[in-house]
Amino acid sequence: MNRALRPLLATTAIFLLAYIAAVLQYPSMLSTRVLGNFLTDNAFLGIAAVGMTFVILSGGIDLSVGAVIGFSTVLIATLIMWAGLHPLIAFAITLAVTAGFGAVMGAAIHYLKVPSFIVTLAGMFLARGGASVLSPDSIGIKHELYTSISRSYILLPGGGRLTVIAMIMLAVFILGIVLAHRTRFGSYVYALGGNETSAALMGVPVARTTILVYTLSSTLAGIAGIVFSLYTSAGYSLSALGVELDAIAAVVIGGTLLTGGYGFVAGTFIGVMLQGLVQTYIVFDGTLSSWWTKIVIGGLLFLFILLQRLVFSAAVPGKKGFGPRKKAFRKS
Amino acid sequence: MKRQALTSALLRPQFAALAAVLFINWLLFPGFFTITWQDGRLFGSLIDVLNRGAPVAILAIGVTAVIATKGVDLSVGAVMAISGAVAAVMVSTGTPASIAIPVALLAGLVCGFWNGVLVTYLDIQPIIATLVLMVAGRGLAQLITEGSIVTFSDPLLSYIGTGALLGLPMPVVIALVLMIVTTLAVRRTALGLLIEAVGVNRSAARFAGISSRLLLLMVYSFAGFCAAIAGLIVAGDIRGADANNAGLWLELDAILAVVLGGTSLLGGRFSIPMSVVGALIIQAMNTGILISGFSPQFNLVVKSAVIILILVLQSPQAGQWISRRFTPLTPPPKRSAE
Repeated sequence: MNRALRPLLATTAIFLLAYIAAVLQYPSMLSTRVLGNFLTDNAFLGIAAVGMTFVILSGGIDLSVGAVIGFSTVLIATLIMWAGLHPLIAFAITLAVTAGFGAVMGAAIHYLKVPSFIVTLAGMFLARGGASVLSPDSIGIKHELYTSISRSYILLPGGGRLTVIAMIMLAVFILGIVLAHRTRFGSYVYALGGNETSAALMGVPVARTTILVYTLSSTLAGIAGIVFSLYTSAGYSLSALGVELDAIAAVVIGGTLLTGGYGFVAGTFIGVMLQGLVQTYIVFDGTLSSWWTKIVIGGLLFLFILLQRLVFSAAVPGKKGFGPRKKAFRKS
Repeated sequence: MKRQALTSALLRPQFAALAAVLFINWLLFPGFFTITWQDGRLFGSLIDVLNRGAPVAILAIGVTAVIATKGVDLSVGAVMAISGAVAAVMVSTGTPASIAIPVALLAGLVCGFWNGVLVTYLDIQPIIATLVLMVAGRGLAQLITEGSIVTFSDPLLSYIGTGALLGLPMPVVIALVLMIVTTLAVRRTALGLLIEAVGVNRSAARFAGISSRLLLLMVYSFAGFCAAIAGLIVAGDIRGADANNAGLWLELDAILAVVLGGTSLLGGRFSIPMSVVGALIIQAMNTGILISGFSPQFNLVVKSAVIILILVLQSPQAGQWISRRFTPLTPPPKRSAE
């Protein structure tokens, strides 16, 4: 068996076991209705997590995605309700703005040689602040397109509904998988995360790739914002608070190495679904309070980081280390 | 000699920035520097800046030590919520505050120790190791308070948040004492040097005989301890523990304060008093925005603008550009032997 697939298989196995355990307790959880809601409720998180996967694969981190989602919802709402634009034009403007925002962050990270953590932190403040300057209050969106999109879905066997936003998420995941594993850009991202210096020496365009990675992440956060506004039919500056942490957790649970250079977009999908499962289980249980979600997700995060450590320390020493590998200190 | 060192310290850009922010505040609100004595304590906007800035300053003291070791602690906000929740729940169920406060501080210490174990023994990147507690910690705090806001009327605990000692608000006194004690501890002993050594190169420090694991455990535990103190202050201030909102996003303010204070995120050189100055700059900006009548939402935009400015100024590229720009093209005059 390919050793590289081990974390992905472990995540999938844990998800299936957890789902089976949940179904044994509440048989009604095994229905396309629940699965359909899984996809719909976590669509924005999934889309943002695809972008986060690319950023983490390249060895960085993007703390601004939640704020960019919030900013996008407000921008869309103001463009539609105040400026009277058609939603499709509003979507296009939003994507252009978020893509530009990501490109600037990527350029700052590359050219100013500042850790991505700090640049995207500033981006997070800027996007949240910008959103609340646009409108501190929640703006409801009323438009035919919104009502028709929220009404249209594909009926799955068993009464489940595959909504438009769930389909958008699935499409983003498929595109993400193709982009990561079947294109030149994808291999550049992996090379960059493996080792920036050797990637540059091998001829990877480091500046362009870094800028593109953050542009991709912000654009996907913009799409997630569009999906979020379709989901809630509103724009609010404080929406999607802390989604960046959920997205990072999903990526880590999905088996992507936090130091970069190693992981799968498909794993992130399982990571998102596992978080959805925890939330749904807590809703089904009824006696557990919502704060258990945070504790369980924190616990899962810890478990998977530990798992990564174990898998990679069992791997060939010196080949793929998690952090600086210790070398025996020898007196010669 | 001593005086020269002091003046050069006061000429640092951080003090200029603080003075500039305070000056703008004074332009916006002429009574800004007025301090009055009332009911045995000082009142005034300046005192308010100190008082409101104290929790972030205390967090920043702990986070400075962590950042100096090339780490970062994202969990301090959640640890604040935990310590506040522990103290509030114990006090409201009849435990005397003299026991509840040490237990809450111990809880913070344990949280910090947990982070330290993840970073040292499991070799997890600090951002991620502390992210675990940042996500789970708020849930734990809610578990302790059972989801509600626990209120109390214990005099000792609320004295920590609202009392006054020698005319100064208690949070300011605590922050000041903590700053002086920590600065003396790191600068009058070899501790500061050891922390910097680990931050610059952990393996080299280990080979030089520094027990880097023990040191990192101590540093992360200390950050947790500082967060617990800040949590007690915030809980005492509102006479209640709000697990959802206590210390929310303060970890980012604390990191910003440390960066403003000139400590590099890449580890090494650090200064605890300068981080406190950084925290005061942030609070002076917050207060300025509030008294100028802008909506508090502008806070975030201004904060991000300040971060961007500092990042650009600190980046090596800008340094090169400035030195190219401002050095004369003629070769520098040779230093004659005087």
